[in-house]
Amino acid sequence: MTDTGEQEYTRLTEKRVLFIVGLILILIALAGVAVTLGSANLSVADSYVAILAGLFPDAVDLPDRMIESNAVGIVWGWRLHRVFFGIAAGFGLAIAGSVMQGVLRNPLASPFTLGIASAASCGASIAIVLGAGVFSGSLLVIGNAFLFAMLAAAAIYGMARLRGMGSEAMILAGIALMYLFSAITSLLQYLGTAAKVQEVVFWMFGSLDKSSWPKLGIVTIVIVAVIPPLLWRAWDLNALAEGDEVAASLGVPVERSMAGFMLAASLVTAVIICFTGTIGFIGLVAPHITRMVIGTDHRTLLPASGLVGAVLLLGADCLARILIPGAIIPVGIMTAFLGIPFFLYLFMRRDA
Amino acid sequence: MPLLRAQGISFAYNDHRVLDGISFTLNAGEVLGLVGPNGSGKTTLIRCLDRILAPEGEIHLDGRDMLSMSRPEIARVVAYVPQNSGALSSATVFETVLMGRRPHLRWSVSEEDKQKVSDALSLLGISAFASRRIDRLSGGERQRVLVARAIAQDARILLLDEPTSALDIRNRIEVMALLFRLAGERGLAVVAAIHDLNLAARYCHRLLILKDGRVLGQGEPSSLLTPGMVRAAYGIEAAVKDEVGVPYVVPLRPSESD
Repeated sequence: MTDTGEQEYTRLTEKRVLFIVGLILILIALAGVAVTLGSANLSVADSYVAILAGLFPDAVDLPDRMIESNAVGIVWGWRLHRVFFGIAAGFGLAIAGSVMQGVLRNPLASPFTLGIASAASCGASIAIVLGAGVFSGSLLVIGNAFLFAMLAAAAIYGMARLRGMGSEAMILAGIALMYLFSAITSLLQYLGTAAKVQEVVFWMFGSLDKSSWPKLGIVTIVIVAVIPPLLWRAWDLNALAEGDEVAASLGVPVERSMAGFMLAASLVTAVIICFTGTIGFIGLVAPHITRMVIGTDHRTLLPASGLVGAVLLLGADCLARILIPGAIIPVGIMTAFLGIPFFLYLFMRRDA
Repeated sequence: MPLLRAQGISFAYNDHRVLDGISFTLNAGEVLGLVGPNGSGKTTLIRCLDRILAPEGEIHLDGRDMLSMSRPEIARVVAYVPQNSGALSSATVFETVLMGRRPHLRWSVSEEDKQKVSDALSLLGISAFASRRIDRLSGGERQRVLVARAIAQDARILLLDEPTSALDIRNRIEVMALLFRLAGERGLAVVAAIHDLNLAARYCHRLLILKDGRVLGQGEPSSLLTPGMVRAAYGIEAAVKDEVGVPYVVPLRPSESD
């Protein structure tokens, strides 16, 4: 009788590991499919061969037709970075969302509701419409979006700190900032020329069209630098979920770790959305979907929701590219179309 | 050497002084009941003793100055049971109690950790719903879970803020008797804020009566709980009866205002 809890916990742990392994397999399969999408015809099997051939040119024996069609060049030059960028962006945004929801103990917390996404849009709009920014050239829009996102995060943190770090205060401050930045963006759209306004609108849709290997490199470096420490501190997030006082009594340096978590989550968010535009929805929904399936232990919740985010974003991007032949629907729009019904479905049957 | 020694503890929220020069010691094996009217500073004192709040004065845990200890070090010596509030998380009971092992574990959960959780669950008689979600429990069940977490934490000092407030009469006695027994068996020092004077008189070795942030009196229940003391603390007239060596307070009416 006494060990039923232990057995159940072991089962739960197995379920969590299984869920993560399953997601990795789905992601690999989805990546293979994603690479086939485009004007040059490639089968899923060909795409894996081409990926491997790029990694190990000597070990892989390419069939002649793939050499003729320059499959390796197409995959590595045009398609693969977009697929990886989708995976990295979905992974990072979802983990950032999980961390924000965990630290703030609020299911509404996400890069959108904290104003970080709209700050990035505002920064991008200033760069696009006014041509003003900290950097010039190709970094003008990206640099502005990144800086504004970090500025918003710092502002929320500063205000909450002044008022004593309550999680509700932070969310209210974030929503207030969101409206402020949206208002500035609207003003710029009102003042800007039609061409500039169109550019702003397209930026705000969020898309993977502008991905490249160097951009993927930057995002990957930030994710690799930030996510492992977050995972290592996962117990702190678990403890914070029980309230600040309990967390402190369990040995968590509450204020320092909240600040660290928020900074890390903001940084990951900012570095992704400055390249993609606003894909904020993933950060809200992927953590919820994951929590409904495998529960709240952040040691598994963080990596699993990252993977759910990656699957969602990559899946949405695939659909966005094939749904209307000849046109690519911005992935920010597709994620909402794809994710919200699924989210509502899970939500409705949760207690059934 | 006392396990817990507090010397001149004072604390103020901004300008509002809540605690004023509280001093007491507590030995291993003892249960100290914190009693006193609403707003007398019981909860604040308990938070200060775990340095959730930073008071003036000195606190020594097992002879060590608390200020020289890191948060995780304190967490291995002191466990805290908050006042029962609504469930914040949707973790399972097992996971919630497992959280008590956080000061001892690095990342992965060992067999020993799971064993300690199971032991704590069975001590509190809640093994049967170990896998239920904490936000689906009744208030009383949840309160037992919080006590179980503190026991799984393996700390020598236990601070409990109203650990029995949501419990029915049988569960109250069970939880208090358990704390009393564990204090003796494991050499714990237990500090519990309790509203029910008679429960406190029966299961605490000593009582500390707080009023307006000061110590109104401390000592063994049988000598401390007199009609005069009850009047001074709560402003009520009461009869104090002797139930086999344990004082039993029967409230009669509010005192005439002075």
